[in-house]
Amino acid sequence: MGHHSLERAAVQIYLPIAEVSVNAFLLLGLGGVVGILSGMFGVGGGFLMTPLLFMIGIPPAVAVATEANQIVASSFSGVLAHVRRKTVDFRMGLVLLAGGLVGAALGVQVFNILRELGQVDLLVRLCYVVFLGVIGSLMFVESLNAIRKARRKGPVQRIVRRQRGWVHALPMKMKFRTSGLYISAIPPFVVGLIVGVLAAVMGVGGGFIMVPAMIYILGMPTKVVVGTSLFQIIFVTAFATLLHATTNYTVDMLLAVLLLVGGVVGAQIGTQIGTRLKAEQLRILLAVMVLAVCGKLASDLLIEPAELYSIGAGAGH
Amino acid sequence: MIRLALFLWLAALPAAAEEVIAALSQDRVSISTSFDGSEILVFGAVKRTEPIPRGQPLQVIVTIAGPAEPVTVRRKDRRFGIWINTEAVEVDSAPSFYAVATTAPLSEALTRTEDQRWRISPRRVVRAVDVAGMSDHAPDFLTALIRVRQANGSYVIAEEEVILRDDTLFSTEIDLPANLTEGNYDTRIFLTRDGQVIDSFATSIFVRKVGLERWIYNLAHEQPLIYGLLSLAIAIAAGWGASAVFQLVRR
Repeated sequence: MGHHSLERAAVQIYLPIAEVSVNAFLLLGLGGVVGILSGMFGVGGGFLMTPLLFMIGIPPAVAVATEANQIVASSFSGVLAHVRRKTVDFRMGLVLLAGGLVGAALGVQVFNILRELGQVDLLVRLCYVVFLGVIGSLMFVESLNAIRKARRKGPVQRIVRRQRGWVHALPMKMKFRTSGLYISAIPPFVVGLIVGVLAAVMGVGGGFIMVPAMIYILGMPTKVVVGTSLFQIIFVTAFATLLHATTNYTVDMLLAVLLLVGGVVGAQIGTQIGTRLKAEQLRILLAVMVLAVCGKLASDLLIEPAELYSIGAGAGH
Repeated sequence: MIRLALFLWLAALPAAAEEVIAALSQDRVSISTSFDGSEILVFGAVKRTEPIPRGQPLQVIVTIAGPAEPVTVRRKDRRFGIWINTEAVEVDSAPSFYAVATTAPLSEALTRTEDQRWRISPRRVVRAVDVAGMSDHAPDFLTALIRVRQANGSYVIAEEEVILRDDTLFSTEIDLPANLTEGNYDTRIFLTRDGQVIDSFATSIFVRKVGLERWIYNLAHEQPLIYGLLSLAIAIAAGWGASAVFQLVRR
């Protein structure tokens, strides 16, 4: 501390809401890397970015709220790229979104109940570890099998999607042309609802749960899944941003701008990379990333921390 | 009798003999977008009407305290194989920033009773009234609060960092960190002899956000809905802009 070299002063930026001074290039870089992942996999990137923001000293409440705002930008950028490729199933997206908004409203209630019981922090962490662990492992095994099968039978082999099952026995069938599906509207609505609840409780867009659910439960083609997931994430996170801004005043505009400038550029690059990779390669990469974050969070819970004490905001007087 | 008491009282109060006169290099700190911490020079002199007293040497203590706020200190314990927050202690008031600079180690420059009276060491500045009822180990929580804040640079103990020349002129530099919060930073200067405070001086440093920082902060708190919509508009515009630029580049 106390060294005021010119080069450092030039890139340090004081954030008005977070009330900390951070390196502008670090934020641009973080936004860029997470944006690439977002464009590639159709995940908002919140499950990666939020813990990273904690690590560089942004207060948790500001990190969660501002991250929601940034995801709006990177998802919008990503969706436009997918719309040009005609890989967004708007009909499916709207059904998912309807469930998502109902779920988010429910999730906020669940979150408040948990907070009154205390330990909301721990429950959120456990949620992360369990969901990331289960989803990551399932995807990893499945995509590994798909890659092996593709190698054995030659490169032209297409993955046969599970078309027949309980999902197809339900009423209220709808035609989802872009996905090439004729299924009941109930499963997507329920998927949207569950993801909405989890997104509100865990403070993320929920793409990392949504993407595998669309592939494995709804049987949508991987290429359509990414754009459709981004489409519905825009609305869920926009809703969250407004909620945070009006109730907690925790959205930091300057932090959001720095993150999203990197993020929107990254999302465009990510979409380009995504279209060049095979579907099962895309899935195995996402699985590895999800498992890595899960491992980090699990080790935080299992290994004795160096400092047992932590300081939080007071109860308020 | 009264005369004797008055005499003893006057004799026990050498404060009249030595007075502190002090000033700061700046009493206003503006937080602009490029704010990266600030250095405050605290300097002054000891005014005397009599020759320098003999015996214990004169000591100078300088403190700067940021706005106080209530905080919760939590401790993790191992339960069911994982580390979770178990006990918590509510501290009534702890400054967001606190620095104390001295000419000698605090324990030498100040007695315990004087420290309690003037609230000078970090342990005395942190106010926690009913903590004993919250945990059997309440003092551990208070020690931890100070340790954590010292580790991240919010609390600074700079012993022997005040320079005192010929028992008369003193100066010290205190760094205000980059993660400063807005508010009035109370600055105090104490003269001590034999661990007793003989004179003190208090002033304030006004820390304020300016320019873009001020505008964003005010909008967020006074017009939260407009602020939220504006944040979304920026996000959508940036997303669309990046998409349009990349489409142009690819053509």
